[in-house]
Amino acid sequence: MEQKPSITPESKAKQLWTLFWVSLRISAFTFGGGFVIVGFMKRQFVDRLHWLKEDEMLDYTALAQTAPGPIAVNAAVLVGRHVAGGWGMLAAVLGTVIPPIALLSIISLFYNAFAANRYIALLLRGFQAGVAAVVLDVACSLGMNVLKNRSWLHDALIAIAFLATFVLHIPVIWIILGGMVLGLALALWEKRRAA
Amino acid sequence: MIYWELFWTFLQIGLFLVGGGYAAIPLIQSSIVDQHAWLTLSEFTDLISIAEMTPGPIAINAATFVGIRIGGIGGALAASFGCIVPSLVLVSLLYGLYARYRTMPFLQKILGTLRPVVVALILAAGLMLLQSALFQGASVSWSTLNWVSLGLFCGAFLLLRWRKWNPILVMSLCGALYLGLGAAFGW
Repeated sequence: MEQKPSITPESKAKQLWTLFWVSLRISAFTFGGGFVIVGFMKRQFVDRLHWLKEDEMLDYTALAQTAPGPIAVNAAVLVGRHVAGGWGMLAAVLGTVIPPIALLSIISLFYNAFAANRYIALLLRGFQAGVAAVVLDVACSLGMNVLKNRSWLHDALIAIAFLATFVLHIPVIWIILGGMVLGLALALWEKRRAA
Repeated sequence: MIYWELFWTFLQIGLFLVGGGYAAIPLIQSSIVDQHAWLTLSEFTDLISIAEMTPGPIAINAATFVGIRIGGIGGALAASFGCIVPSLVLVSLLYGLYARYRTMPFLQKILGTLRPVVVALILAAGLMLLQSALFQGASVSWSTLNWVSLGLFCGAFLLLRWRKWNPILVMSLCGALYLGLGAAFGW
């Protein structure tokens, strides 16, 4: 990966700390599964810190979803390595796993009281509305960027993949693998036509 | 050695965990409840409802919950670490391949085809989250619509879209408002 030139030890340490801290805050608010983390990643790592390009973020989303293991951890490995190599991976993964480990350790001591608590239920219902807004806001930005390219193939792919997951409930991993196979077929076809 | 057993069991779970989210539940259940009997089925059901109420991957939540009951804090750490080891190794390899070959025209074509697909999946995931926030698993109709959630969602969406507010701040506000309103009106 392109390493930024002439990074001083202090700025490297500061970068690792930022990576750890941003990952920790994102992880503490990732209610509702693997795609929620993408919403936060886009705003923090792409828009605010400019550590990732939008295309790279989409590639990492696909890789994190297809590789074995928890999706949030997979995403942390990819983003951490991209930003700062092996140490970056450790910083991002630590930041990602500390909130769930700490919270579950505490809650497991009195989980009946926690699960039945009225105020926690209210708080979580509010979070659910917020997290839907975060993910849909990012989906709008990403979707408009795809539509801007005016490629009928990409427009059709959005429509087909959306129907496959939202209406037909085909598992995400099969849809991503299907996209890969289609891309491979297109690449082979173009190569043959060019030859 | 209980730490080693926790580590090894959750390493296998991490390795065979593909697709994430609810796809993980049967895999974790068969290992934790059926094979090892570390949790009863009703404890496992409690675990799932807690995992839904707390942030983070279900597998890490499960590893911590089971680990702490079987082997205390050390058990929780051993199980959680086991769960992420396959990711650290395999995804690192995958990253190496991506970083090295991503500029090849061939791979560019494949990734270019995949990106719109991923965008559609994110959009669908967002709509499913919205549906569950507005209707709480009930059927979609005017009578089951939660108007407060709808209002919070619209406000949050506008702040994110046109005011570019920080998503974590927006989410915290939604939680605090729902909690405040709910406590005040006794929902």
